Amino acid sequence: MRSDRILLAHGSGGTMMRELIDEVFVEEFAEDALKRLDDAASLEFSGDRLAFSTDTYVVNPIFFPGGDIGRLAVCGTVNDVATSGATPLYLSVGFVLEEGFLVEDLRTILHSMRDAAREAGVHIVTGDTKVVGKGHADGIFINTAGVGALPAGRDLSGSYCRPGDKVLLSGTLGDHGIAIVSIREGLEFSTDIQTDAAPLNALVAAVIEAAPDTRCFRDPTRGGMASTLNELAAASGVSITVDETLVPVDPQVRGASEMLGYDVFQVANEGKMIAIVPAEQADAALAAMKAAPYGDNAAIVGEVAESPSGKVYVRTAFGATRVMDMLVGEQLPRIC
Amino acid sequence: MDLSGFRDPEIARGLIDAINSAEPGREIKLMEVCGTHTVSIAKNGLRGVMPEWLTLLSGPGCPVCVTANHDIDTAIAIAQRPDVTLTTFGDMMKVPGSYSSLTREKAEGRDVRIVYSPLDALALAAKEPERQVVFVAVGFETTVPLIAAAILRAQEAGLTNFSVFSSHKTVPAALGALVNDPDVKVDAFILPGHVSTIIGLEPYRFLAEEYHVPGVIAGFEPIDILQAIWMLVQQLMEGRAEIEIGYRRGVEPQGNVTAQHMVEQVFQPCDADWRGIGVIPGTGLELREEYAAFDATKRFGTIDVPEPKEIKGCQCGDVLRGIVLPFECKLFARACTPEHPVGPCMVSSEGSCAAYYRYTDYGKPDA
Repeated sequence: MRSDRILLAHGSGGTMMRELIDEVFVEEFAEDALKRLDDAASLEFSGDRLAFSTDTYVVNPIFFPGGDIGRLAVCGTVNDVATSGATPLYLSVGFVLEEGFLVEDLRTILHSMRDAAREAGVHIVTGDTKVVGKGHADGIFINTAGVGALPAGRDLSGSYCRPGDKVLLSGTLGDHGIAIVSIREGLEFSTDIQTDAAPLNALVAAVIEAAPDTRCFRDPTRGGMASTLNELAAASGVSITVDETLVPVDPQVRGASEMLGYDVFQVANEGKMIAIVPAEQADAALAAMKAAPYGDNAAIVGEVAESPSGKVYVRTAFGATRVMDMLVGEQLPRIC
Repeated sequence: MDLSGFRDPEIARGLIDAINSAEPGREIKLMEVCGTHTVSIAKNGLRGVMPEWLTLLSGPGCPVCVTANHDIDTAIAIAQRPDVTLTTFGDMMKVPGSYSSLTREKAEGRDVRIVYSPLDALALAAKEPERQVVFVAVGFETTVPLIAAAILRAQEAGLTNFSVFSSHKTVPAALGALVNDPDVKVDAFILPGHVSTIIGLEPYRFLAEEYHVPGVIAGFEPIDILQAIWMLVQQLMEGRAEIEIGYRRGVEPQGNVTAQHMVEQVFQPCDADWRGIGVIPGTGLELREEYAAFDATKRFGTIDVPEPKEIKGCQCGDVLRGIVLPFECKLFARACTPEHPVGPCMVSSEGSCAAYYRYTDYGKPDA
């Protein structure tokens, strides 16, 4: 690569694009299927059914404490596939690059993707790149799509929650959202909060093994735990109550959230799972979560009840109750 | 600072039990006048653990909510000037004016930017000398000193492209207006924490001495608020009327004298129009003549502001005086929701309607 920046010609389909693919993408990803450079990858598959998910990543800034857009792009889709109870296998990746984007930054992001894929045990097998003129994309946008194998009989759904079920959370809330906000311009307070972006397929598999009647998994990304639980309560026609004292939150995250006027239940996470598990399997599920990667701080944080249908509540430290509401629009800081 | 003691469940339960075991033999209505108290009470579910005879009302404590339509319309008119970069705290963005909002104006291409401090606006003015940077100054006494400091710095730096649109308001006289309002039924006030950090307790004395209305200055943790409630209930039961400081770690009786001097140097009192209450003499702050160069209302000559228009059915004014509870407003959770707010009480993060909507089930039609 002679240029240190991405140029429009790199997306043109001609020799410069060839240079970009050979010397950057294939070199960094180093996957056999990718190296053949066929338009479609032909893949081995031995599951009962296919699980399939896609997501596009537009996070800003693209580099943040503990991670970058590349790690997010792999972990996010791996986790979405895993929530169905499938074993994630293959990812596709599509890039939109802005003219002028530093090739060095692209390499760093690709390294992150490769490392995350290796950690998750998935393969990036096909991809695409486009380049748009300066000002027409914010540096880099990444789309990943993932497929996984579902074993026969596995059927998880957010609509299967039942009264009496327990709500499990795999670790501390709010780390990712606060890590992002901490380096946005004008909000540099000294914390060492890092993103929690992580692949959770191993954790999900361990929980299913220990608690085979788990109703569903969901990762509380944008909108945080509040959005996730409200969605589950609505889908299943149940009520969910979370005990505030049982929810793990890093003290720095709590402090930052309060300073900014954020409700920590609404802050995004990128490496956490919520699982709804029948009461009699909850302890086994928790033990499996804690023993799994990224599950150290797992806890049983709440329970499902019959009514009022679709409502989610928080029980506070001294026994009062309030509603856990979904995020509306952008989170904005307080005025005074 | 480790605030965990102020959330200690045992201490909280002790206070809750003490309040619930009191027998005042009458109904008691307490009003808080601070947006942060509004949210803290709702978020901690405190109303649900208070006795039947005690009502916690929310008053005009959200400076965004009490900003009159005309002021919002003026900020919008200023933003519509092509040479202006309008800077504002985030909370003002979504507040509906008579015809538009700053969020809408931004979507239509006006240069409107969110800042977290007036000093950010100042830095912007220094960085972009070809833009006229206007800061929308909304807030009670807590925020005024910082705006005063920004103006003094602008003067020192000789900036000619920085100005402030002051819609500031001061609290104590507004409390007097409430006490004199025949529709408002309040026995005592939970007084604002950070406003009092600046002004101290003298400005509230008239409530106790002229009107025999007690007040306790409270912090924001649940235990701060419970303690203030307990102190007020005791005062009322004992027939006392005093202004007490509950928030001792944050407030001294004389307040922050340095901040007070800075404010006096730059601002002078004027009349202010409070949404729902009307004009309360002497409760606004305008820039003194010496600082006219930094007054946005003077910099641009005549600014064409359309006639203000109130929205039919919006009861923000009554909600702000504690006469109507948010869920009693006919628009609450129907035409007026956080996604599509009709009035500022629903859209401001410290508005009463928003607090009720987010944290309680009251009055919400079933899903």
